[in-house]
Amino acid sequence: MRRRSTPSGSRPAIGGDVIPKFGPGVRLQEDKARARWIVMAPERMFLPDETALEVLRLVDGTRDEGAIVALLAEKFAAPAEEIRADVAEMLRDLIAKGALRE
Amino acid sequence: MSAIEPPLALLAELTHRCPLRCPYCSNPTELARAKDELTTAEWARVFREAAALGCLQLHLSGGEPTARRDIVEITAAAREAGLYSNLITAGVLLNAALMARLVEAGLDHVQLSVQDADEAGAERIGGMRGAQEKKRQAAALVRASGLPLTLNAVVHRQNLHNLPQLIDIALDWGAQRLEVAHVQYYGWALANRDALLPTRAQLDVATRLVEEARSAHRGRLVIDYVVPDYHAARPKACMGGWGRRFLAVSPMGEVLPCHAAKSIAGMRFPNIRDSSLEDAWTGSDAFNAFRGTAWMPPPCRGCAHAERDWGGCRCQAFALTGDAAATDPACALSPSHGLLAAAVAEAGEARFRYREFS
Ligand code: SF4
Ligand code: SF4
Repeated sequence: MRRRSTPSGSRPAIGGDVIPKFGPGVRLQEDKARARWIVMAPERMFLPDETALEVLRLVDGTRDEGAIVALLAEKFAAPAEEIRADVAEMLRDLIAKGALRE
Repeated sequence: MSAIEPPLALLAELTHRCPLRCPYCSNPTELARAKDELTTAEWARVFREAAALGCLQLHLSGGEPTARRDIVEITAAAREAGLYSNLITAGVLLNAALMARLVEAGLDHVQLSVQDADEAGAERIGGMRGAQEKKRQAAALVRASGLPLTLNAVVHRQNLHNLPQLIDIALDWGAQRLEVAHVQYYGWALANRDALLPTRAQLDVATRLVEEARSAHRGRLVIDYVVPDYHAARPKACMGGWGRRFLAVSPMGEVLPCHAAKSIAGMRFPNIRDSSLEDAWTGSDAFNAFRGTAWMPPPCRGCAHAERDWGGCRCQAFALTGDAAATDPACALSPSHGLLAAAVAEAGEARFRYREFS
């Protein structure tokens, strides 16, 4: 995950300026035979829960955290403030699992 | 038996050809010739059927998979089928142009083998001059391409003293993962067992070194460790159970529950040239022979571990007892368990019998 440098004194972008990326060799793959999606990584795979999957589907290496929050807010017709903390935690968790990159 | 679960991973043994001659090679002792190998189109069909059947992961292996002139097309076919592809290579045929084309074709991960840490040892074990330098260059090419790199070090009696240096190489070459895999004894390795089996003391040192390196390099290098059966009291859950998670296709199209399954004399395997992959997986005698637990004789029958280790390895049971349905002698409860200790006691041969086409 890369942090865009924010010039000191300027207001950070609402909703977070972090751009999450899949780590090398990690990708989200459809498991058609079992009707689910799997995170594939070198020599391992794991099953994201529904919330993690919603977030992972929006990770494209260009969207920042704020954009992901906004899209999810729209999709679930929920206020962005309610979603923001969940997304931040989810991203931290996915980084710890090695699915996403810092 | 309950409904047959779909497989998760396919091992595609694209060819038996390889510039190296490792004495523990997992290929069968009777190697397939180039003219008998499946075509590009046949592999593409296998990949599509594997994905439809439920496979997520594909190991492109051999022999040396890059010895196939169509390795790029094969990789592209894997991606097109929606499989996560892992190239298992000795690295000696890799160059910058090929690496770039493989990345473009959608390759996901590279696993590079090393035979030893020092050049002389690596040349003696792999049987190829100049291999180590080519491997170092291959690692650099993988790194530069952005793909994740796993180093695979097969360890045994004649290179275990270099384990610390093998771990250093993994760090120097920029691998994210290192597999320290003790030799498994069937095929060529069984023929070389006396030269390869480690002593108990060697094994204990190796296990300690791996544990120390794991904590020393946490966050930088993941180390997977495969222990040798010959010093064990419980067998491995070979392939996660026969016909349960895994299938292999040989260079000439045989569909196998394990890459070593052809060592079981008398067993007949379906071939994708006259069977669909699904029929092979669900309907063939070979895949159903040791599926689940119903086939198990005592002491496996009714054992609390039966659905954890699935009775161990069928190929090892056959190799050591002559009966593929016997409990794996790696299990302390097997009446043949003593064979392993006897083999360890006898080991100590220095010379290798190199793999070769007969
Ligand atoms: S084990 Fe050695 S000889 Fe066998 S395919 Fe791998 S590199 Fe080649
Ligand atoms: S008896 Fe069979 S099932 Fe029980 S631990 Fe040994 S190999 Fe496994």
